[in-house]
Amino acid sequence: MTAELEVLTYGGTEHKRVGFFTDTSVCIGCKACEVACKEWNGVPEDGLNHTGMSMDNTGGLGADSWRHVAFVEQRRALGIEDGLQGSLVQHAARAQLADEVGEELGEMRWLMSSDVCKHCTSAACLEVCPTGSLFRTEFGTVVVQEDICNGCGYCIPACPFGVLDRREEDGRVWKCTLCYDRLRDDQEPACAQACPTDSIQFGDLDELRAVADKRLEVLQAAGEPGAHLYLNDADGNGVGGAGAFFLLLDEPEVYGLPPDPVDAAGDLPQTWRATFIAAGALLAGSVGLGLGGRE
Amino acid sequence: MSGGDPAAVSQGQGTRSGVAPRERAGGERRMVPPGEPRSYYGQPIIAEPVWTPEVGWYFFVGGLTGASAPLALTASLRGNHALARRAAVTTVAGAGISAALLVKDLGRPARFLTMLRVFKVTSPMSVGSWVLSAFGATATLGAARELFGVLPRTGRAGQVAAAALGPVLSTYTATLLATTAVPVWAEARRELPFVFAASSLAAAGALACVLTPAAHAGTARRMAVAGAGAELVAVQAMDRRLGWLGEPLHQGRPGTMARAAKGLTAVGGVAVAVGGRRRSGLAVRAGDGWRSGLAVRAGDGWRSGLAVRAGAVAILAGGLLERFAIFRAGTASARDPKYTVRPQRERVAARER
Repeated sequence: MTAELEVLTYGGTEHKRVGFFTDTSVCIGCKACEVACKEWNGVPEDGLNHTGMSMDNTGGLGADSWRHVAFVEQRRALGIEDGLQGSLVQHAARAQLADEVGEELGEMRWLMSSDVCKHCTSAACLEVCPTGSLFRTEFGTVVVQEDICNGCGYCIPACPFGVLDRREEDGRVWKCTLCYDRLRDDQEPACAQACPTDSIQFGDLDELRAVADKRLEVLQAAGEPGAHLYLNDADGNGVGGAGAFFLLLDEPEVYGLPPDPVDAAGDLPQTWRATFIAAGALLAGSVGLGLGGRE
Repeated sequence: MSGGDPAAVSQGQGTRSGVAPRERAGGERRMVPPGEPRSYYGQPIIAEPVWTPEVGWYFFVGGLTGASAPLALTASLRGNHALARRAAVTTVAGAGISAALLVKDLGRPARFLTMLRVFKVTSPMSVGSWVLSAFGATATLGAARELFGVLPRTGRAGQVAAAALGPVLSTYTATLLATTAVPVWAEARRELPFVFAASSLAAAGALACVLTPAAHAGTARRMAVAGAGAELVAVQAMDRRLGWLGEPLHQGRPGTMARAAKGLTAVGGVAVAVGGRRRSGLAVRAGDGWRSGLAVRAGDGWRSGLAVRAGAVAILAGGLLERFAIFRAGTASARDPKYTVRPQRERVAARER
């Protein structure tokens, strides 16, 4: 296993760390990933709702949605730096046209992104799980063992991305397994296989990172100033990088992602220290009050 | 939006205020929180905790139970058996009720046993499950000695062990809450254990005041008063730490609960302190000439006893409301993405400076 993870319990059976690179610049919002995931993993239906949020009727990740395609509609002003759209002359022409028609200068931009469990390097869900149900696989992914999960729900608010959730019918927690069963048979996860544009790419993490760096260069050269990689490496984020990382065209919060996620368990030494000082003060105080003074 | 200001090109659909605040490196330090941050249709970023109200009750009962163990031990050591017996019963009953509340939240008893499959220091819930189990066992031994006079040495060892474990049982729940992505809980991680410790001390003392005849409840009254005072100070420190992020703790239902908790704790503390002082006066009189002293003070003593008990009930209610205010304020802070995004944006901006 590579890419910052140090799991030494597999005794030679471990695999190179795998993951997803989701290039949102080529996502077309077809939701084939959502469907493939549900089909392969037997994930139950979780309501046929109309949310009013563009074409997104899934809403977000949850116990019964392990892939979620976000649809962001933006009115985008046409800046001169907007190199993808054409020449200065074309811009001037369009600006003039907009003036004549009396409309705002701008055009619709539709951002789409397929979200999934990040399979963090420092995974709070795994650390706070009291039963050992959540574990790190030989592929470096984070998986819930359903026969052990007791539905305590601690991992749910521990996750900085809101990925995990409790399934109503059985009270246990379910999430993306990065198709653990398929990985063991050298198959790629269902969502990646179904993706028609290669927006979801599966592979060894270090290779994916190299691919992502190249793709970012291409987009920046083409004049996409908002393009950036999210959670692609160990530094610059509080989860030590992720097994599933993204190329985004706008700030993470626009897609419903946290701009600076941290592993909640990272503060544990400090928090335990405060707790033991408080417990010590409680013990000293109650014994002092109990042994001093009148009955 | 018009014109080609490249800094303001993109606009999230879900942005409520219509502004797209961008943190700029080298900007002025902002003293007032910025406008609503951008979000995905106002959807939460993190998932709301799914814990049932039983968990809020458990925080209160477990805290009270834990702090009752040192009370039982010291009262027993001093030969104040009226108090020691009641505190011992509280530890055993409290441990039982705590376990029942957790089982209720989990759905079925076997699921609690799964907690004892492993021991993980990185999981405050794992540590807490073991502490609760060990506390229940040792407190039971201690109570057997106290109530039935059996197992004099093992029982004493049990009492001592329960007194050491009790304060951890009272406070680990603060670590549990703080070790999440929930903005209010995580930000309060340094003060929350002290809030829980103080509130547990106050509640344990207050319950013993209610249950114990006044002549034997001096220790309990001092605990209740000291705990109530410490709780008010700790909550104040937590409020100061949270700053604007403490908003969910000051508005809506959690805000009402928090204000009521402060009021009840303060009033209850004063009532127990004042009523208790009169009571001490009575004890002194009773000592040097109890017949005349009691005759003169009987009416006063009855009234002060009532004041202490009413004050103790107010402290208990205040402690319960404080736990629920914190519990629900955390949930509210998870629901609104601004509490997640804004501190993270500020962190990013601070790093870039």
